[in-house]
Amino acid sequence: MQHYFYALADFIQSRLVANELFTVWLSGEQSDFVRFNHAKVRQAGNVKQAYLTLQLVQGQKHISQTITLSNSTDIDNDTLATVLKELRGALADVQDDPHLLLSETVVNTDYSPASRLPDSASMVADITRMAANTDLVGILASGDVFCGFANSFGQRNWHQTSSWNFDWSLYLREDKAVKRGGAGFEWSAATLQSSLAEAQSQLALLARSAKTIAPGQYRAYLTPTALVELIGMLNWGGVSEKSLRNKQSALEKLANGEQRFSPLFNLSNNVGAGLAPAFQSAGFIKPEQVELIRAGQLIGSLISPRTAKEYNLTSNAEDGEGAESFDMGAGVLPIANALKALDTGLYISNLWYLNYSDRAMCRVTGMTRFACFWVEQGEIVAPLNVMRFDDSLYRLLGSQLEALTQEREFLTNAGTYGGRSTDSQRIPGALLAGINLVL
Amino acid sequence: MHDVIRQRFKALNPQAPFCSLRFVETQSEALSVRKNVQQPLLRQLDRGVMISVVKDGGFGYAATSDLSVEGLQQALRQAEHWAQASGACSVLNYSQVSFPVATGRHVGPAAGQPLQWDRRGLLDVLMQESSACQQDARIVDWSVHVRRLDSSQLYLTSDGSDLEQHFRYLIPSLTVTAFANGEAQTRSLGGQYNGFCQQGGSEILAVAGLEGAGVRVADEALQLLAAPNCPSGIRDLLLMPEQMMLQIHESIGHPLELDRILGDERNYAGTSFVTPDMFGHYQYGSPLLNVSYDPSRQHEFASFGWDDDGSTAEKTLLIKDGILLRPLGGHISQTRAALPGVANSRACNWNRAPIDRMANLNIEPGTSSLEDMIANVESGVLMDTNSSWSIDDSRNKFQFGCEWGRLIENGKLTHVVKNPGYRGISATFWRSLKAVGNEASLKVMGTPFCGKGEPNQVIRVGHAAPACLFASIDVFGGEN
Repeated sequence: MQHYFYALADFIQSRLVANELFTVWLSGEQSDFVRFNHAKVRQAGNVKQAYLTLQLVQGQKHISQTITLSNSTDIDNDTLATVLKELRGALADVQDDPHLLLSETVVNTDYSPASRLPDSASMVADITRMAANTDLVGILASGDVFCGFANSFGQRNWHQTSSWNFDWSLYLREDKAVKRGGAGFEWSAATLQSSLAEAQSQLALLARSAKTIAPGQYRAYLTPTALVELIGMLNWGGVSEKSLRNKQSALEKLANGEQRFSPLFNLSNNVGAGLAPAFQSAGFIKPEQVELIRAGQLIGSLISPRTAKEYNLTSNAEDGEGAESFDMGAGVLPIANALKALDTGLYISNLWYLNYSDRAMCRVTGMTRFACFWVEQGEIVAPLNVMRFDDSLYRLLGSQLEALTQEREFLTNAGTYGGRSTDSQRIPGALLAGINLVL
Repeated sequence: MHDVIRQRFKALNPQAPFCSLRFVETQSEALSVRKNVQQPLLRQLDRGVMISVVKDGGFGYAATSDLSVEGLQQALRQAEHWAQASGACSVLNYSQVSFPVATGRHVGPAAGQPLQWDRRGLLDVLMQESSACQQDARIVDWSVHVRRLDSSQLYLTSDGSDLEQHFRYLIPSLTVTAFANGEAQTRSLGGQYNGFCQQGGSEILAVAGLEGAGVRVADEALQLLAAPNCPSGIRDLLLMPEQMMLQIHESIGHPLELDRILGDERNYAGTSFVTPDMFGHYQYGSPLLNVSYDPSRQHEFASFGWDDDGSTAEKTLLIKDGILLRPLGGHISQTRAALPGVANSRACNWNRAPIDRMANLNIEPGTSSLEDMIANVESGVLMDTNSSWSIDDSRNKFQFGCEWGRLIENGKLTHVVKNPGYRGISATFWRSLKAVGNEASLKVMGTPFCGKGEPNQVIRVGHAAPACLFASIDVFGGEN
């Protein structure tokens, strides 16, 4: 696909007329998707897609069009020739864009290690065999994910990986379940076997009578898979330079000094340690790491090329100005001591369906989900029925943050909206003096 | 293009007992102006096919944008491979499913007509509304958008189905943020998730009230800046259609999706508090509650002739006089659950397989005028336009926030309140429905952004609803 993409870029270049420039971005995959319910297959199939976005530029005017590629040179060249003609015509309708910023420094990159994946059907056979007699539900995604960039300055970038992501839950009854997931470049049936066994041991705890608690303040330990949901809210414009400049960021009070997080809280966008490509869709090379929060204070933001041009800054992020690889600093609490340090309170494995309830105060609401437990004197006593929390991140990650764990989990994003995500996060667990439950 | 696809499908000559091909082509263009600056113009031409096969008891699919004979043959082989590989371990013996057979053509409002897309004129309208937003220095961010999509779909099966459908969608939106004293307030035209999206041509801009919206929406954002927080406590709650669409969507639509009830979504979107034994007798809401699946309503965003399994789409009451009658389940889910359903097996595009989606889910209008509902409230809050939503994985405990609130005191609307929100539990909330607005209070809303499924899908849904009044709801505002 890489050579095909570069040939298309060369074709586009050959069809330009005077004073025209182009950028082109390719995003695609060839993936097997297999859904499971009750440890059996619900839907199985393959998706082969390649979306190419061509941006035609004349001076400060530009228009972009995305097309699906057929992988036939004649057809795709014909389509691109037609698109170029249409874009050329439409350019007359648009104004100069004062915020257009093109990457003019040529940096070529190529990352395409060989696939080490087995046939997906054999992975499905492993899963259905090992999970037989359980109530497993989830999805296996496996195959190639690729993206590429080219422009009329001669820059060429390619990033292709062959990976799997198996996101699954093991159910006991109704909403009582253990959530797990894994991803990698090599498949290990033995690892899956041990993960299933570990999940089943936690499932045994869920067999105890569930406890319903009243709304109020509770001590809580959030596992990394729960804390990542809170941190993920900062990607709703929180650390976006555009949102900060336009007073839409939930971290406005952090930015203006009215509020601060705990000195224990450090956060960066660590693309260098993640799975995302090293180049943006506009061709800029991403910095390895962008520090965002240091010792509880906002010290950085994510800046798209348009925002960079608008405010005379240096771009360090994609257009959406979201972190692709949140990396939260570790603490000193060993995970093995988390229950003891919690003493009595909530052990929260997963949070779910978060949203801002008062953006100015960075107040977030959401639900507990999957394996959450009531803990007394450092021992798990009972599974919890689901509860709604509504609390400010300035409290949860500020005055109420007692400790972070010294171990962190590397969590891959199983999201597949439009295509398979390459986002990831490295997150510790968190011990909270209090979280506010409301329903 | 459709005839070429027909010929190539016929030439495939699949050997499987059942094979279908679904071709989807979408052309779109998005125009936007932010802070009086034209934003990058974005166009899309997206086309591809999904071939599905039932063989040896299994179901397999393959999606590709390679529409050549060879590309379709390769997709067929992959679909057959997955059908055979999963046949022995499927949740259902798909060979026992008798898929619908139908032929026909559906053309939605304005679809198939010549494109009236006056790009310069539209950009002028957007710029005019953008300029109108900038009323004073407290308006810190604002944007105006309009997007059109022309979509056509062809569904063919080896046993003779041939369904052709054409749609045109228009999606206008406008959003304004005002800021003062460390706090921002955002107000929008129909919500920040394109609530005024509809099927049709440029007339949809007038239906949405885009022209003139800049002044009005910016003024409301400024009013919110000056308003006190919504008070907390138990009060009557009057929800306007711009919020009702979200209330229906989250606490009726998703819990009634049969694939959730069957457990397919438990790893991601969640399960449902509704169980199969409830249909036919469960008191979902007060006797005033009548809920329909209605794919036949002109202009509503998710109207269509047939779903993506070839089932004929017809208006069906799901809840009648408060009693739960049937789920939102397509043909395969109906077979699995042995329950009646509706034609709602839908995929968001050619590269995703159909699952149970809610399509158009509407509240039938009642008899109360908006004025009468307000007059009958001693202490309440009117809430309008969703800004925040969260609900548990069984679709029970919810908390929703709105952009705009007004107190109702002694039968009269009084002052504006900011950050209005409310909490409830689906299983009891709808039983507190004490009045349903009449046709005059009804608006046809929708959103292009309903997320669900593994792999994930974002799909178009429509929700028409009148204003509705609920008794004794837990309401709250922001922190002071």
